[in-house]
Amino acid sequence: MAVSGAILFLYVVAHMVGNLKAFAGAGALDDYGVFLREFLSPVLGYGGFLWVVRVVLLLAVVLHMVAAVQLARRARKARPVSYAHRPKVQGSYAARTMRWGGVIIALFVVYHLLDLTAGVLNPNGVEGAIHANVVADFQRWYVVLAYTLAVVALGFHLRHGLFSALRSLGVASARRAAAVRGTALGVAVVITVGFLVVPFGVLFGIVR
Amino acid sequence: MRYTLRVWRQRGPEESGGLVDYDVDGISPDMSFLEMLDVLNERLVLDGEEPVAFDHDCREGICGMCGLMIDGVAHGPERATTTCQLHMRHFDPAEPIVVEPWRAAPFPVVRDLMVDRSALDRIVEAGGYISAPAGAAPDAHAVPIPKADADAAFTAAACIGCGACVAACPNGSPMLFTAAKATHLGLLPQGQPERLSRAEDMLTAQDDLGFGGCTQTGECTLVCPKGIPLETIATLNHDVLTAALRGR
Repeated sequence: MAVSGAILFLYVVAHMVGNLKAFAGAGALDDYGVFLREFLSPVLGYGGFLWVVRVVLLLAVVLHMVAAVQLARRARKARPVSYAHRPKVQGSYAARTMRWGGVIIALFVVYHLLDLTAGVLNPNGVEGAIHANVVADFQRWYVVLAYTLAVVALGFHLRHGLFSALRSLGVASARRAAAVRGTALGVAVVITVGFLVVPFGVLFGIVR
Repeated sequence: MRYTLRVWRQRGPEESGGLVDYDVDGISPDMSFLEMLDVLNERLVLDGEEPVAFDHDCREGICGMCGLMIDGVAHGPERATTTCQLHMRHFDPAEPIVVEPWRAAPFPVVRDLMVDRSALDRIVEAGGYISAPAGAAPDAHAVPIPKADADAAFTAAACIGCGACVAACPNGSPMLFTAAKATHLGLLPQGQPERLSRAEDMLTAQDDLGFGGCTQTGECTLVCPKGIPLETIATLNHDVLTAALRGR
């Protein structure tokens, strides 16, 4: 769980940083897309690098989901009789919504791939015209809303995921407890904001 | 004061149970939750009914025998408090109090509010000890131990094995218990030789007993009557991971 999550987390960071190219003008984002396809192309061929990344991500997603399903099934088996009275207690909202939050993120990823990778659900949908596709997308408020909900869900998922992964890998000693908590929250907020500035930038006419 | 209780009644492990309502009168705010149940049981006996079975022993918060799910919270609404040390002044007489046993597959209900927690003993048997020739008690200063390590070990060693962590965990995981029992030894010099095998063996035993897996939700530490911190689990995970990487 922690290791597959860490791979997905690294990708999310790179993706977020790459998105910010949208603020550098129409050409910058498209050029970045070409760069990713040309990267290591003498070895892997044009676009080969992206396919390597996609295969690694797919493996990580599958492992992450398998682990999540195993944990959920074990949890259900461990408490066959549930409590008659059980208020929503104590622990954080992020921790309680990991499983359904993960499902929401998975569904969003399917939509997101059909929208901005395959272009099927994109109002513009021209391959390689990344900037134009993005701008066409986020001029519609309901698309921005869908992306916002998914990114906020991702933020919560990362908040508990990072915290939990550090703990699972035994990185957090008792003395560093506050630092781990703070880092998880800080990184989750930065990622959430970093992803949201692009759709809102388009919506408010800053990115055109 | 007069309270309304909704108590889980179950005659035996194989029988089905249910919540039964009781009114209990003559309760002083200074009574503990268990003393309130004693008052109820005295009345039930006088009325010729079966008293409510519940576990208890020292009644001073150190033995780990008592443990009830009170209004859906293990050991009730007060933090770092066992059920026996919980006083009735924390309860509103206008609201019914729901009392249930710990719920986990490895903790079968024996009767009413009593559960069999010997699964926790199986975890300890798997490695919660040191294999050293004991002999007479050594002098306290014979082995120097840094104060910080001694404090951390003592914090973990405060675990009384009540099982509240399992009862509260949405996954039904005893990870806080296992971590406390493994790390209080692993942090001290005497526990070093078996540190990695202990962590691995106790975790394996825990999983084999049918408990759920830890997802760090932190519910356990909030209901723990001894306030054992969640970081204890990170320390155990560190040892388990080290054991795995070294291919023990």
